[in-house]
Amino acid sequence: MTNFRTRSIDGELQTLKEEIEGYALSAGLDFYPVLFEVCDYDTVNILAAQGGFPSRYPHWRFGMEYDQLSKGYAYGLQKIYEMVVNTNPCYAYLLNANHWVDQKIVMAHVFGHADFFKNNLWFNTTDRKMMDVMANHGTKIRRYMNRFGQDRVEAHIDRVLSLENLLSMDVLFETAELQRRRTDLEKMASDEKEHGQEDDRSQALKSFMRSKERYKEKQEGPAKDEDHGKDEARPMAAATRKLPSKDIMAFLMDYAPLQEWESDVIGILRDEAYYFLPQRMTKIMNEGWASYWHSTIMCTKALAPSEIIDFADHHAGVMAMSRQQLNPYKVGIELFRDIEYRWNTGKFGKDYLECNEMHEKTHWNKNLGQGREKIFQVRRTHNDITFIDEFFTQEFCERQQLFTYKYNPRTGRNEIETRDFQLIKSKLLTSLTNFGQPLIEITEANFENRGELLLHHVHQGVDLDMGFATETMRNIFQLWKRPINLVTKVDDTETLFSFDGKEMRTRAK
Amino acid sequence: MDHPIKRDHSRFRKIIKGKIRENLRKYISKGEMPLPKGDGTYRIPMPSIDIPRFKFGERQQGGMGQGEGQPGDPVDGQQGEGPGKGEAGEGEGKKELEVDLSLQELAQILGDELALPNIEPKGKKTIQSDAKRYTSIGTTGPDSLKHFKRSYKEALKRQVASGTYDAKNPIIIPIRQDFRFRSSDMKTEFENAAVVIYMMDVSGSMGDEQKEIVRTESFWINLWLKSQYKDIVIRYIIHDATAKEVDEETFFRTRESGGTLISSAFKLCRDIIAADYNSADWNIYPFHFSDGDNWSTDDTKICLEILDQEILPSSNVFCYGQVESRYGSGQFYKDLSSHYGETGEKVILSKIKNKDSILDSIKDFLGKGK
Repeated sequence: MTNFRTRSIDGELQTLKEEIEGYALSAGLDFYPVLFEVCDYDTVNILAAQGGFPSRYPHWRFGMEYDQLSKGYAYGLQKIYEMVVNTNPCYAYLLNANHWVDQKIVMAHVFGHADFFKNNLWFNTTDRKMMDVMANHGTKIRRYMNRFGQDRVEAHIDRVLSLENLLSMDVLFETAELQRRRTDLEKMASDEKEHGQEDDRSQALKSFMRSKERYKEKQEGPAKDEDHGKDEARPMAAATRKLPSKDIMAFLMDYAPLQEWESDVIGILRDEAYYFLPQRMTKIMNEGWASYWHSTIMCTKALAPSEIIDFADHHAGVMAMSRQQLNPYKVGIELFRDIEYRWNTGKFGKDYLECNEMHEKTHWNKNLGQGREKIFQVRRTHNDITFIDEFFTQEFCERQQLFTYKYNPRTGRNEIETRDFQLIKSKLLTSLTNFGQPLIEITEANFENRGELLLHHVHQGVDLDMGFATETMRNIFQLWKRPINLVTKVDDTETLFSFDGKEMRTRAK
Repeated sequence: MDHPIKRDHSRFRKIIKGKIRENLRKYISKGEMPLPKGDGTYRIPMPSIDIPRFKFGERQQGGMGQGEGQPGDPVDGQQGEGPGKGEAGEGEGKKELEVDLSLQELAQILGDELALPNIEPKGKKTIQSDAKRYTSIGTTGPDSLKHFKRSYKEALKRQVASGTYDAKNPIIIPIRQDFRFRSSDMKTEFENAAVVIYMMDVSGSMGDEQKEIVRTESFWINLWLKSQYKDIVIRYIIHDATAKEVDEETFFRTRESGGTLISSAFKLCRDIIAADYNSADWNIYPFHFSDGDNWSTDDTKICLEILDQEILPSSNVFCYGQVESRYGSGQFYKDLSSHYGETGEKVILSKIKNKDSILDSIKDFLGKGK
């Protein structure tokens, strides 16, 4: 990238990159080309505030992130060593003030991430040209701002960002091809219903007609005056057929009474949210995998004897256990190592599980040597929740000294609740379910036959923060322009919340 | 050219300032004062302005951790501290925002909210201050101040003059005597000088709440005056039956019992003005806070005399704030208002009922632009 704030590595760093890349390749890692760029801390803060991308749409929240990162750095509370972006080629940023050994670690770590981005199935459909896409989104939104006013567009973005965590993971499996076929089918079905007659044209012809129509739409679409938009509410029947839906952004984009540009902004923000979704779903695995590889490459190949102490210090800092929250780096790397160990020794399967002889069990070793192969396979097919579900064992849990804690209202502090394996695992899985966000579905678009929206919170043991929920519903109301209803549980009672644009009403259900 | 994120950043600051302005009344009535940071900026804690989303409540959530300990052992900091955030998936803990604002920005917010007019200073500009301005060019200086364009111009001139310049191959190489550096000129500026003299009744009837009100109010008044004058001097006088000059710390801490002779403070104020502040050169702001009790009508008479003959002629404006207390009669306000009228030119009176009316009272005092 010919950005004046970052520059490509050269000289010694380039040589180092080639060396580390060699180790990574020979270990079997497989990645898109990785381009390292060097920049100063201010630039790295800017990039981090913008999710790794040099160009985003204008929005105050990036400024807020930047403000906090800059302060964190200035006060010495935090420091970003590295950043890597899931694109092809893969961009990675190095801080120019890093120590030599830190640069080594970072490079090794980055190759781990790059391999994960390319191979993990959940990243299958992410757009690898996101650098350009993000920049184009920026241009588009800037254009809207010039046309409709910055305040107006920003206010709309604020509202849409309220929905940013209401995503459906199913969408990740939809390739462009699948998506096209699905919309075709849906459209066909709805046309037939509306016209009330069987269409006896052949499938092939229908498909051909469809693609022609699509082409026409494409040609004519942008010519329409955006200001006049689609003021009338879209056919309720079509909307209802899509329900229930977890993809709330898509639903509102298609069916809320919005102007053209407003729908377009939702589409833009939705694309970006889905781009980041796989990373949110694989935090533990991704960091664990990258850490596994930086540690392996450093300890077996790249490290000079004089660098041991600095490496150990840095590594220990990254792996530090916290009593307040799980460190994804730590849990991830340990779990990968545990899997490797178990598949090397054969500590899995029916025989091992059914063995009751403690001595035999401890010294179990079938010398299978399948560890490496297994972890490569795991990094391909799992996400955090299945990763934990399948490989988080009682032995691992005890060795890692995990516990859950709970707020004790009597003492006013968080206290260790239990070290019970089952409880810990189920809590961990719950916290990972739906990438840690509440599961909210749209179930009706014409609730009580009054065009109101009905949302359903699939309650899994933890109540919503109703203060935030009210504000969120206020934002959805602005988009849908009719009252918003939400069914959730409060203290085990099923409750219906209705927000009519002014105030929130509740009633037990 | 700056990175576009700087625009996002100033947008964010604008939103923050808007929020502070919206909540100014709340801040002030809660007595939450911005913390001065020592480098001329103030830090204001404020709730995060994050975008609302559906999220889990914290109460039932708890979290997970790693390490030693038995069930029942605390996992975080001090007793009574709020619950820590702990979530394996996405670490969206609540973030408390701390905003740094300069004195000017903060005063601007106050000024906008209360629609305060700028103060028209009186007197000559007497405070002399020297400021360096990099407006000229010199032949010596550090590399960091090197003026490239000027240096190359000199080099070009020299090469043309000496005939070494070749238009076909226009290479210009500056030598030592070509280099030009930005250099500073000393500029002497004159500023208006201002002094604020706070007087407060610390007799038994002024409780902690009343003092808190005075403290909050004086903070914001100082802030505004500081934004209007380059340098201000602040003097503090406490009094019961006698008056003495104290430092800021003592001013807000002291509590005496006993009677109240307001004239004692006025006399001391007069003496300070006479001794240190020539009214032709200084903008003088005496503030007096009490609960309105005075020992006798005779003393009140003396007060009015001192005000009329000595303090008022030399001051920009005299401000009296009467803080309501359970024991105060509020008589002094009545006396002053019957003598000067509710809206005097030289005397501003304000009643401060409780913390919520601090902001209005500030507006009373500063709204005239004196």
